[in-house]
Amino acid sequence: MSYQGQFRLWRGDHVSGELTDFTAEVNEGEVVLDVVHRLQATQAPDLAARWNCKAGKCGSCSAEINGRPRLLCMTRMSTFAPDDVITITPLRAFPVIKDLVTDVSFNYVKARELPAFAPPKDLAPGEYRMQQVDVERSQEFRKCIECFLCQNTCHVIRDHDENKPEFAGPRVFIRAAELDMHPLDTRDDRKELAQAEQGLGYCNITKCCTEVCPEHIKITDNAIIPMKERVVDRKYDPITWLGRKILRRDQLAERA
Amino acid sequence: MTKYTRREFDVVVIGAGGAGLRAAIEARLAGKRTAIVSKSLFGKAHTVMAEGGAAAAMGNANSKDNWQVHFRDTMRGGKFLNHYRMAQLHAKEAPDRIWELETYGALFDRTPEGKISQRNFGGHEYPRLAHVGDRTGLELIRTLQQKIVSLQQEDQREHGDAEAYLAVFAECTVTQLLTDGGKITGALAYWRHNGEFLVFEAPAVVLATGGIGKSYQVTSNSWEYTGDGHALALRAGAALVNMEFLQFHPTGMVWPPSVKGILVTESVRGDGGVLRNTDGNRFMFDYVPDVFRKQYADTEAEADRWYTDPENNRRPPELLPRDEVARAINNEVKSGRGTEHGGVLLDVSTRMSAEVIVKRLPSMYHQFKELAGVDITKEPMEVGPTCHYVMGGVEVDPDTTAASVPGLFATGEVSGGMHGSNRLGGNSLSDLLVFGRRAGQHAGAYVDTVIARGTASDSAVAEGIAEALTPLGVTDGENPYQVQSDLQATMNELVGIIRRPDEIEQALTKLEELRKRASQVGAPGNRIYNPGWHVALDLKNLLLVSECVAKAALIRKESRGGHTRDDFPKMSPQWRQRNLVCRLERGGVPATERVAVTEQPVPTIPVELLQLFDRSELAKYLTEAELAVLGPLEPETRLEPSKGGEQA
Repeated sequence: MSYQGQFRLWRGDHVSGELTDFTAEVNEGEVVLDVVHRLQATQAPDLAARWNCKAGKCGSCSAEINGRPRLLCMTRMSTFAPDDVITITPLRAFPVIKDLVTDVSFNYVKARELPAFAPPKDLAPGEYRMQQVDVERSQEFRKCIECFLCQNTCHVIRDHDENKPEFAGPRVFIRAAELDMHPLDTRDDRKELAQAEQGLGYCNITKCCTEVCPEHIKITDNAIIPMKERVVDRKYDPITWLGRKILRRDQLAERA
Repeated sequence: MTKYTRREFDVVVIGAGGAGLRAAIEARLAGKRTAIVSKSLFGKAHTVMAEGGAAAAMGNANSKDNWQVHFRDTMRGGKFLNHYRMAQLHAKEAPDRIWELETYGALFDRTPEGKISQRNFGGHEYPRLAHVGDRTGLELIRTLQQKIVSLQQEDQREHGDAEAYLAVFAECTVTQLLTDGGKITGALAYWRHNGEFLVFEAPAVVLATGGIGKSYQVTSNSWEYTGDGHALALRAGAALVNMEFLQFHPTGMVWPPSVKGILVTESVRGDGGVLRNTDGNRFMFDYVPDVFRKQYADTEAEADRWYTDPENNRRPPELLPRDEVARAINNEVKSGRGTEHGGVLLDVSTRMSAEVIVKRLPSMYHQFKELAGVDITKEPMEVGPTCHYVMGGVEVDPDTTAASVPGLFATGEVSGGMHGSNRLGGNSLSDLLVFGRRAGQHAGAYVDTVIARGTASDSAVAEGIAEALTPLGVTDGENPYQVQSDLQATMNELVGIIRRPDEIEQALTKLEELRKRASQVGAPGNRIYNPGWHVALDLKNLLLVSECVAKAALIRKESRGGHTRDDFPKMSPQWRQRNLVCRLERGGVPATERVAVTEQPVPTIPVELLQLFDRSELAKYLTEAELAVLGPLEPETRLEPSKGGEQA
């Protein structure tokens, strides 16, 4: 069942690099990450690649396989023909550190800019009551393993670094939606914030993020579109519109 | 001399899994400048692999549950070798720790009344595990991560610097603890991304580095689990306790080979899944040990009724503690009743509708479908034991988590004592919350008592850096990956589930050879994100913890929990009174370090805690002399004289 597979891996650092050819053994049932490990152990000990759980639960081993953003640990070798050349490259939207490892700090910076869960002040720990049906909407987004494939594939920033300061990306939008739909979160300006500070408006719903999500979260349909729709509702609500005209943004935030 | 930077903190937490993050939160809440140092990216810890849930006697599913019942179950699971005080604190505080997570934004599954739902698990008398489907660990890590972000947002508002009191050093590996006059002064670390060194200067260090699973070939653990904290503690002068006890989780994937060892959550059995051998028998009924016979069903009919009527029926034997189930599977396979890939069959497809399976076990459905091409709603899973958890760890004070070295604290899997000889499923997530909080709290309090902070001398730092750099640039050295793989094979084959003294001796000889090879490993390439170099450094820790496991396993002449001796198949009440403690004989250069094991009495369980059990049950674990504290036997509880041990 084993065969010698052909691989092309991007090797290099933030300055320069190139695709390097490798031939490696492939065995039944293996995933691409197994081959990367074999290369490290036998041919390229300093080949840099991130991984942790090897079971699609931690979101560490994100890369691009034949140009498609994937988890290395969840891409089975059996999805390729034995004579296919498999090209593995680092995530394109982030700066390369070395080989398949990129600097993903952008995502952590954006996460820190999103206001945290605002717990109800009148409920003590242990007094929280929520219905399953109400928590499920947010639970879908909390399945996110932070692999950042959605961030990587999003065309707003994939080849446009200049949009990064303004745009938080799908990962952060589902966090905003999750908190917006959280039954006990006390802020009611999550959608406005997504529009005003996270760059939700840049998204034109091409659903690329949804397509690459290894957790099959319906990022566009269940998070982004509802957030956009309700922003539209409120923007055209005359009272809200008036409030926005009279108050500065920091006052609006305080009111929330 | 190689350049390095110094950073000053009050508390440095090593490890960013659940225990480390919870400790850091508490230290920050106490106003301490806190660093979190993590080998991986922030939020990627092994905690995400905990699937089933966090055990806490909230009594939401069964109002009879309380801390005493949880304490009892924990002690039974650990075969009474647990540090009673840790088990008591854990059982008492777990509910508060879970409820607290809701104030951080966690969204657990709910009961119809809107409370946190609780599920059944092995060894727990009542449904007790707070959960989110089968991805509870992810929920926990994300919740703690987001709480840290929210504290950083507060600091940004108040001090204009998000990292003023809580800084995360991701992809940064600690190679050494720094001490001065026997007290902690900090830690030496390198950045994985550029190989540059930094010194953390802090009077208090919290170890929260997890376990040692990477010393085994078949394991559910990731590359990170190389016993770093265990080894750091030993080299700093602290002691490890109970290192012979390793938990082999009964259900890891066995096929295809590339996924061998990956965890299949116990929730599969908690929710109704059953184990069968290839003859189609539910074999667990043949493996109920005497100590558990009262609590487990002896017919399939009763076991099946239990899921809907737990009041009037006993539990299915699939839900025995993990050590029992792992040994049973091991025996079935060895007796020729296993699958061609060396596993048994775990089936939910004939037990629940496809819809329920996908809803309750979504990540298992996903994992088998994507990695093995198996649809668990239609066919059984193939499973077998996998190295999952080390019960042993740093010996700590139960209330403060302090190790014997002043300024050193340990929490979570890296600490020892809480779980005795075997951990119950679900008790890990609650353990890391309860003792993570205590570690942060007491590390912070310790800092307040330190009058003069020590500093690490430049020469000590230079020595540590030179040692860490040794493998780099050696082009004709041993391949570190090969040494690691040989080490894993050695431990798997010779100090595995069933242990024989001659094999353990062999393992110790091999470890000696591996130690020599490890001192000659070479890592081509430079310091920038160089996995070969990282593996070379991890090897030293793996070797040291493997030596602890093997040496302690050779000494303990009984079978208990995660330690099964072929030549001593029974539990011994005399051995229950003894802990094995590992220390480093000579510190300093790794080539000369050796582990010394000594015996030490297990702390005496107070009478009021013993009284939570039936005397007849205690008689299965304790000696006659120990039972005497309970007073003379009542006529109705008089039993046959203890045979001095039970089949483990």
